[in-house]
Amino acid sequence: MSEGRWADAMRAVALFAVDPAGLGISLRVLPGPVRDRFLTTLNAIQPPGNKPRRIPLHISDDRLLGGLNLPATLRAGRPVAARGVLAEADGGMVLLAMAERIPAATAARLCAVLDNGEVVAERDGMALRGRASIGVVALDEGIEPDERPAAALLDRLAFLIDLTGASLSDADPAAFVACDVPSARARLVSVTMPDEILAAICGAASSLGVGSMRAHFLAVHAARAAASLAGREVVTADDAAVAARLVLAPRATIVSVDSSEPLPDQPQEDAPLPGESDDSASSENGNTRNDAAEARDLGEILLQAAKSSIPAGLLAQLLASNAARAVAEGRAGAGAPRQSTRRGRPIGVRAGALRSGTRLNLVETLRAAAPWQKLRQRAPTAGAAARIIVVPDDFRIVRFRRRSETTTIFVVDASGSTALNRLAEVKGAVELVLADCYVRRDRVALIAFRGIKAELLLPPTGSLVRAKRSLAALPGGGATPLAAGIDAALSLADAVRRRGQCPVVIFLSDGRANIARDGTPGRVRAEADALQAARMMRAASVACMLVDASPRPAASAGRLAAEMGARYLALPYADAEALSRAVRATPA
Amino acid sequence: MPHYSRAFPFSAIVGQDEMKLALLIAAIDPSVGGVLVFGDRGTGKSTAVRALASLLPPMRAISGCSYGCDPAVESAWCEDCRTQALQGALESVARPVPVIDLPLGATEDRVVGALDLERALTSGEKSFEPGLLARAHRGFLYVDEVNLLEDHIVDLLLDVAASGENVVEREGLSVRHPARFVLIGSGNPEEGELRPQLLDRFGLAVDVRTPAGLPERIEVVRRRDAFERDPAGFSTTWEPADAEIRRQIVAARAWLPRVEMPDSVLHRAAELCMKLGTDGLRGELTLMRAARALASLEGATAADDSHLRRVAAPALRHRLRRNPLDEAVSTTRVERAVAELFAA
Repeated sequence: MSEGRWADAMRAVALFAVDPAGLGISLRVLPGPVRDRFLTTLNAIQPPGNKPRRIPLHISDDRLLGGLNLPATLRAGRPVAARGVLAEADGGMVLLAMAERIPAATAARLCAVLDNGEVVAERDGMALRGRASIGVVALDEGIEPDERPAAALLDRLAFLIDLTGASLSDADPAAFVACDVPSARARLVSVTMPDEILAAICGAASSLGVGSMRAHFLAVHAARAAASLAGREVVTADDAAVAARLVLAPRATIVSVDSSEPLPDQPQEDAPLPGESDDSASSENGNTRNDAAEARDLGEILLQAAKSSIPAGLLAQLLASNAARAVAEGRAGAGAPRQSTRRGRPIGVRAGALRSGTRLNLVETLRAAAPWQKLRQRAPTAGAAARIIVVPDDFRIVRFRRRSETTTIFVVDASGSTALNRLAEVKGAVELVLADCYVRRDRVALIAFRGIKAELLLPPTGSLVRAKRSLAALPGGGATPLAAGIDAALSLADAVRRRGQCPVVIFLSDGRANIARDGTPGRVRAEADALQAARMMRAASVACMLVDASPRPAASAGRLAAEMGARYLALPYADAEALSRAVRATPA
Repeated sequence: MPHYSRAFPFSAIVGQDEMKLALLIAAIDPSVGGVLVFGDRGTGKSTAVRALASLLPPMRAISGCSYGCDPAVESAWCEDCRTQALQGALESVARPVPVIDLPLGATEDRVVGALDLERALTSGEKSFEPGLLARAHRGFLYVDEVNLLEDHIVDLLLDVAASGENVVEREGLSVRHPARFVLIGSGNPEEGELRPQLLDRFGLAVDVRTPAGLPERIEVVRRRDAFERDPAGFSTTWEPADAEIRRQIVAARAWLPRVEMPDSVLHRAAELCMKLGTDGLRGELTLMRAARALASLEGATAADDSHLRRVAAPALRHRLRRNPLDEAVSTTRVERAVAELFAA
């Protein structure tokens, strides 16, 4: 299979050379001889003088998109623009190093350039526009399934090549068939696409569960490039099969495994021509050649071609990685990094006043001041000795990104059953956790539920005193509207998250509900409602913990914790110290 | 992808009716308050917005005004136009309606405007060089990947969108100018959430999905392919259809003030908002304005339940109290509420 992989990779390289801007490659493999050999071939096939530009991971906007040329500006005394890497690479290709780690913001800029074929930037007092028709090769060095380049970027690259685990012996240099790229490029504009081929590509994409319309466009581009490379003026089923195999197959989300049919290994040779399919139905359809039956047959061929390149078990892997990503994204939402002027990793600069706690970025400040120098020197207030005059408007301060603050939401079951058992202990435990939150500068909120409803006793606050006071005043007794309590916690957690903070929910309850969502009594309905609310909690992937407040560990509390994906802690063993430790360990 | 000098024709966009309708409503009545297009990748979100630009009928503007002030609305004139008007009659010219891109990574000075450096250096004159907000006045400001826009730029936008005025205090300049624009944002929810304040700025929110049916997908690919092969020829083919939509917009704008809003419809709108528990009056207001614009588009003399029904989802779905499951749920909630209300 790995030989097939390499052959496919080489085929993709050839097609990419024909239409770099219309296609694009994502190559997933760790750096090493295999990747080197791939890149050597990639370079060798490009027209001479087309050296690829390498874009480092944390490239700044002024280098990526363009900006002010600082030395030239200082020299000339007026703004001089410097083109960015993308504009400089117009007509050629760029290599994205460590593509799996490219931040979403950089990926979005790249995507905008790929979509429009030009760089548009409004920066440093200049409006920059420049053609940028570029072929992108993303070098993905991810290992874990969820370490992948931004989905938006992958969506715009035709060939998603995975050579993970391939060895140098697989990477046979002979697999690459020399081809006439310049004449294929010249031919590309005149290659026509018959409508039934286009329909068949769409059909194959649909059967494989390829969602994005961009993948369809890319497959069409690939089919055209394949035809052009083969010296044809019209796209044939063979070209479409190549496109299906190289563009659509790696994006498949559905594989209807049909083991009875042998899968052709080399579809280009095995695929029967579309003309051979029965055309009894097509003759009825008179004027249009786009006949359903024929299209279906053709679609079938493409599908087989695509499937043959999908290794067994890929779908399972795929689903697993999608699930992993969904979780990862949920988490990313939960602990969404937040921008700050004080702490964290620097992510850029903005204009701003120098207040305490902000940090000046000297180079960017000089850059902002540079174009004005001639003017300022002329001003009568300019001191003779001043070489560079900097005014407050020039100040550029560093923006940081840091983990967001945590808000711990306590949801206390103040119903009769808990009150009788251990409301006092619960209160004591919460107070100790509060002290701990204070040390960590967390914010806290308190929700209590009893009777028929849940009540927000304390909106998120940093004030420990207020938290203590409202906790002490918490009355006990009444029924247990557990579902209402969970709902209230969820909506507060959501509000907290939207404010850019990270919610952690701590339930203190015995898990025995007896009031349903609508306020009616009845244990069965109430528990079903509570479990449903718990599942919503889990769907929102809010980090939570359930402290069992019953005298003995209760099955109901355990089940509830499992449904909401919460850590479970039995209070009998949870002295305040353990509780505090557990809160700290709950992933934020 | 290749470089396209011209936009894909609006009328050639396959399906995506809700998105197209929302954009048309915003073009008919800018006071609806902008459109947010959220959804799957590769569904032609930005294609549709860029297509809108070439569709809009030209507007009258005061000649020489850098903000494109409307000669008919004296109250909204900028300082320059007021001063000029005192000295003599103003001339007006036809101008295309601006559809301005706010690219990611734009710096503040470009967004709000700054001292014109070239002029300062050549003639020693301190003059204001308008930014993107000024250029978008009376038109549209488009932010692709709006959820990735930097926070400090979002703050600027919120402030100006709320006040309709851009106030610049920098480089020793003190300038204020009108900046009323329709904010259009697009993005993919997977890239991140939108701040609630920004979400609230958008009058209409549409969900776009990849077309489900194979024939529709084939048509999308076919037209895209035809466009890429021959952009000029393709646009010529679709020009009559685009012209027809342009004519509809012009007619609907003229008709809009005469569309009646019966009390029963107002009542329904209020009921719907109450039923869904949307915050504030903004939802109700948007619902009414959008229904009226739709009625006007269809040449109706009065807005009725059918109009309300069709704009309910885009006007309200982003104003519901959030449900953790997903956006689709908000849509179904609106639909359910609409069905219940209209069945009663």
